Amino acid sequence: MQKQTKNTSRREAILKVFQGAGILSLGGLVWGAYLNKAKASKLVLRPPAALKEDDFLKACIKCGACVQACPYETLRLAQPQEEIPVGTPFFNPRLVPCHMCVDVPCVPVCPTNALDIQKLIPIGELNTPKNMDVNQMDVGVAVIDEKSCIAYWGIQCDACYRACPLINEAISLEFERNERTGKHAFLKPIINPDTCTGCGKCEHACVTEKAAIFVLPREVAEGKAGNFYIKGWEKNDEDRLKTDKSESTIKGRTNDEDYLNDWEDLIDD
Amino acid sequence: MTNVIIKNRFLILRRISQLGILFLFVGANLFAWNVLVGDLSTAHVFDAFYLTDPHAILQMLFAGFIVGTDALIGGLIILLFYALFAGRAFCSWVCPMNMVTDSALWLRKKWRLNEIQFNTPIKRNIRYWVLILGLILSLISGVAAFEFVSPVSMLHRGIIFGMGFGWAAIAVIFLFDLLVLKNGWCGHVCPIGAFYSFTGKFHWIKVQHTVENCTDCLDCIKACPEPQVLRIIGKESGAISNSECTNCGRCIEVCNDHALKFIKKEKIQEEK
Amino acid sequence: MSTTRREFLKNSAAASVATAVGMSLPMGVQAAMNDAESGWRWDKSVCRFCGTGCGIMVATKDDKIVAVKGDPAAPVNRGLNCIKGYFNAKIMYGEDRLQQPLLRVDETGNFNKNGKFKPVSWKRAFDEMEKHIKSSLQEKGPTGIGVFGSGQYTVQEGYAAVKLMKAGFRSNNIDPNARHCMASAVAGFIQTFGIDEPAGCYDDIELTDTVVTWGANMSEMHPILWARVSDRKLSAPDKVKVVNLTTFTNRTSDLADVEIVFKPQTDLALWNYLAREIVYNHPESVDQEFIDKHIIFATGPVDTGYGMRKAGHPKYDAKESVINEKQSSKILSDAEGVTLGYLGHKAGDTLEMKNAASAGKHWKIEFEEFKKALAPYTLEFVAELSKGDANEDIEAYKEKLVALKDLYVDQQRKVVSFWTMGMNQHTRGTWVNEQAYMVHFLLGKQAKPGNGAFSLTGQPSACGTAREVGTFAHRLPSDMVVANPKHRAVSEKIWKLPKDTLNPKVGTHFMKLMRDLEDGNVKFAWVHVNNPWQNTANANHWIKAARQMDNFIVCSDGYPGISAKVSDLILPTAMIYEKWGAYGNAERRTQHWKQQVTPVGGAMSDTWQIVELSKRFKIGELWGAQPIPGLEAGLPDVMAEAEAMGYTKDTTLFELLYANKEAKSYSWPDPIGEGFNNTEVEGDKRTILGEDDKPWEGYGFFIQKYLWEEYRKFGEGKAHDYADFDTYHKVRGLKWPVVDGKETQWRFNAKYDPYARKADTGEFAFYGGAFKNLPQGDLAGVQADKGKYDLKNKAKIFFRPYMDPPEMPDKDYPLWLCTGRVLEHWHSGTMTMRVPELYRAVPEALVYLHPQDAEKQGLQQGDLVWVESRRGKVKAHIDTRGRNRPPVGLIYVPWFDEKVFINKVCLDATCPISKQTDFKKAAVKIYKA
Repeated sequence: MQKQTKNTSRREAILKVFQGAGILSLGGLVWGAYLNKAKASKLVLRPPAALKEDDFLKACIKCGACVQACPYETLRLAQPQEEIPVGTPFFNPRLVPCHMCVDVPCVPVCPTNALDIQKLIPIGELNTPKNMDVNQMDVGVAVIDEKSCIAYWGIQCDACYRACPLINEAISLEFERNERTGKHAFLKPIINPDTCTGCGKCEHACVTEKAAIFVLPREVAEGKAGNFYIKGWEKNDEDRLKTDKSESTIKGRTNDEDYLNDWEDLIDD
Repeated sequence: MTNVIIKNRFLILRRISQLGILFLFVGANLFAWNVLVGDLSTAHVFDAFYLTDPHAILQMLFAGFIVGTDALIGGLIILLFYALFAGRAFCSWVCPMNMVTDSALWLRKKWRLNEIQFNTPIKRNIRYWVLILGLILSLISGVAAFEFVSPVSMLHRGIIFGMGFGWAAIAVIFLFDLLVLKNGWCGHVCPIGAFYSFTGKFHWIKVQHTVENCTDCLDCIKACPEPQVLRIIGKESGAISNSECTNCGRCIEVCNDHALKFIKKEKIQEEK
Repeated sequence: MSTTRREFLKNSAAASVATAVGMSLPMGVQAAMNDAESGWRWDKSVCRFCGTGCGIMVATKDDKIVAVKGDPAAPVNRGLNCIKGYFNAKIMYGEDRLQQPLLRVDETGNFNKNGKFKPVSWKRAFDEMEKHIKSSLQEKGPTGIGVFGSGQYTVQEGYAAVKLMKAGFRSNNIDPNARHCMASAVAGFIQTFGIDEPAGCYDDIELTDTVVTWGANMSEMHPILWARVSDRKLSAPDKVKVVNLTTFTNRTSDLADVEIVFKPQTDLALWNYLAREIVYNHPESVDQEFIDKHIIFATGPVDTGYGMRKAGHPKYDAKESVINEKQSSKILSDAEGVTLGYLGHKAGDTLEMKNAASAGKHWKIEFEEFKKALAPYTLEFVAELSKGDANEDIEAYKEKLVALKDLYVDQQRKVVSFWTMGMNQHTRGTWVNEQAYMVHFLLGKQAKPGNGAFSLTGQPSACGTAREVGTFAHRLPSDMVVANPKHRAVSEKIWKLPKDTLNPKVGTHFMKLMRDLEDGNVKFAWVHVNNPWQNTANANHWIKAARQMDNFIVCSDGYPGISAKVSDLILPTAMIYEKWGAYGNAERRTQHWKQQVTPVGGAMSDTWQIVELSKRFKIGELWGAQPIPGLEAGLPDVMAEAEAMGYTKDTTLFELLYANKEAKSYSWPDPIGEGFNNTEVEGDKRTILGEDDKPWEGYGFFIQKYLWEEYRKFGEGKAHDYADFDTYHKVRGLKWPVVDGKETQWRFNAKYDPYARKADTGEFAFYGGAFKNLPQGDLAGVQADKGKYDLKNKAKIFFRPYMDPPEMPDKDYPLWLCTGRVLEHWHSGTMTMRVPELYRAVPEALVYLHPQDAEKQGLQQGDLVWVESRRGKVKAHIDTRGRNRPPVGLIYVPWFDEKVFINKVCLDATCPISKQTDFKKAAVKIYKA
């Protein structure tokens, strides 16, 4: 009897351990899966000087200091229903764009350096908030959907161009003859991704129903040519090689003999 | 009336503390006050220094982020404050979730749901497992894992910056506490409580029991959100040493026999 | 960062966000747009906005406008539009369209100047208007009432309004907002050519090699024309040159080969520099034959004041008086010492403004005199005087002036000079307009394809209605004027009025109408199709005049704006596509459209309001002898002749002016109107209760056609010929004069203009009739002994000197203020600020300024500042990196935003000849708010 009780309690204990472990691993799986999904939202625009998204998510403590520092109510903390890690700061330029405050008040208040002053300091200058240059910010890059952009239809719009804080640098106009009317030029907005800061004033100003110009995180918006071809017409293009990490071997046939010995297929039946 | 106030003096003070802190945060957001800017994760105090949630910092460290000195110092201040002084007082004096779960508890008593207790496999120590799991997941996923799902953060952040669908998470906890398990969230699951229980072993402010005055009415046990800490009641005098005690003072209020009071640590030693 | 700044920014940002959130797409439009079914009707119309005059097609379905498209057949725009035009479909459907008449009443429902607006019936509205007009006429005579007219009137509305005021009430107190916009261009045309409006047409753009913009930011203000200029530039990038002369860098500079930033007002010196170069250094470029045959030289007085009130007016304080003193006399500056040297003046002298009331008089001089007066305008002097950007190197600036001169004098090169408000809104606006013709005439580059000085128009019908119909205080239709007895006689004949019904005394112009309200001389004012209390400079005075003086102000508008706010009665008014109408654009193109939809709510057209009011007045009450201040004999009693003509004292103005026998001969239905509404003629589905509280069922005759057909009689055979009503509904507009069904591209040029051919004076004939018999003299004045000179078919080259504006930056107010528009918004924003997309694109007016000026004040991008002058102040955010880049010392503030009420700050100085306000120059200071 006593033995039985001992057995039972031991079995109970083992069962409980397994139960606990089961619950924990189930919980851990669900929790972990959620974390992966939450982290995967790549379309979010972060405050100026944010670290790269992965690092930013590590670093942001979700205190909202940047949100409170923002004088235009541009920045918001993500709420659970938004497909953005909850509590992290972001902005939707169609609602309120970044006004590119000269003193960038949102950045120095960050307690964890998830918003990193360094990112706004021009090369060679001292790393203090005073030296921040808001034009260095790189929230994302604007992209134009030429199909729905009415300036590309020939409408004299260019609201985005005139809204751009880096007018003629980040957005400039390309003048092009309009053969259809024969006497009106197109004035097409063109984005220079190298100077675009992603502030989103263009997206906000765009007069189409859904903005025809919009800001995407740079990683999403930009492609990348490989480093095995260097532009001969651009002086510093070979600098790309300095950071080259890509593999040079091309995967393909592995065994020449197998290929060469397999000649019968060449003869038609 | 006076009696009611005296009978609930700590409750009133706790509500003032909880709401006052939120009030300062909300004021910072709406009117640009600078007393407490931010939320309970990190607060910028008088534009001078930071106070940071040490549990969040710990997760970030596990996630592989080298936390900056501002935040680290802020976390250390808070950690030392609770570890050396106030114990797990965060849970009863600061955390706004306390108001949610207390109201669930109040309703539970009013509707006498206590009398129908389900048999649940949830034990109070599960919170330590959640704490550990959170840290492991932080390590694996590279982000502060609990901060990504924390209903506590959703609540205070929601109050300060806008709730969105955060109310749903709060509602789940309220209903869990109301219908499923008494003191379910704060007493069983929340890893923040676990964290402060873990770090608060040596705090100064404690509840002192004087067994001579005790009439064994057990009102204190009934009122306590963590009744396991009151093991010495009616048995021996001494300080409540279990660090799961949140220093809420509820036991002191309900005791009609002057058998419970707050004391400072030195005094414990004196009396011993 | 200081808390105060943050708080401020935060609060204001929050407020603007809230407004933005509150704006929503009008439900009707959205629903209609989502409806992808066919079944809509397309019909031709014209864009509501600027003077370019783009043709559009309007789609209606279920009595709503659902879409517009650029009219591919319209020669101006060939199917394109700018973003304002793009949103034409949405302008009428803002949520706060005025739906019913609103009257200020007390608790018992009686009118009370200090009461709150309450809805009233149309009948009650007309009762109140009748009562207040009658009491005003009783007290003050015909000058006691006034109308603020518009360059956005349809032709018929403007014509109906003029007829009511001038023929009915015998009052010349009707003046359009075009006074603020085109008056200097008009005066320039009349004085130079003897007839109004441009010689050339938009085809000049494709034909020219050189486009020079003078105070015209075409890229924002005339975007479709700018697209044409851009296309011309692209067609031959090396050959075609574009020069932008401006007081601040703007978007027009993007395309320009040369950008010349000059100091405000010094355009007067720049033109003279060009003339001097031509006459002194490039005689080969002068088209001597042209000048000999077709041109004479002239000049006028300089002591003409600045169109301001004299100092000492009780309602002007000491600060304002500092500037107003210059209306009587001024001490000449160093620059004026040089430029007025030809009159024997020198710096420091006091110039008494003796000719303030006769600023327009002028006399013929000899070429040698002209040449002598140009002598001071050397490159050195003009460069020093006019360089607008303190940071620019003077030598580099000189090079640009030389480049500009080289473009003009190049005989192989065609040149078009465009200007708009920069030259018109100018205290010497008439002069600078005349100077443009001076240069083009000297070079023989005027009235030729691809060559000409071309005044662009701001408003959609500033030409078609304000100018051609003559809704000005001094005008009658077809360039005739009230002061000319022959012109009055012609008008009386067409209008079937007894002789001497028309008032010969010029009425009160727009600015003066405001001043007369302030002085209590005008007791009743009616606002048509514009927003005078937002668009008139020195607005604090006029707001007080409206609200604190004993008067009655009626505002007819589609939307509530500042003018409605300060009025006593608001009339809900049909908007453009809710009525039949016609506009005339800047190239003399007249375009008609049909009513597309029933007006919103209880709104009715201006024409209807005017005509209905006329039912309340009998000629017996109006056509007796009338006192007119300044007209000793007053107006004679014409009732005897009226009775002889078959009228009785009980004949109403309605019967006489609008529902006469001829009018009724235009019957309805008419094939042109088949399938279209005509609310005025046949009522509509709404059964509005009208002037008599009975359901409105229409006049029964085609009143819009009648008004057009009668109106066009004025111009017939007088080089103002229009086609008949029906023709305009078949074509995409025609450029008048339309002779034998053919439009005219280049006037005064015998090759293209039948009137010039008829004059038989060779290649050109400047046949305009005004001011063609001149006294003669020298630079100093008329020499009576020389007699008069008849210059039939000739035009004039004026010599006009440089003079300072009355207010310039000084120690206390160190910055120039220039105001204007932005592409996204039209005028006071009543329409475009209600289009959610345009509102979002540009939700507020900003203060554009140079970063160095911001720094001087410790200001940062986005800071809120006060902009303050001697007259008032407004708060706005600054922008140092925006679309406009002023040089150090100048700020630019657009006026569309009623929350940035910049006209409180502007100076109410005008060109003394044209009476057009200078909105481009005032002295202000800015400081942190």
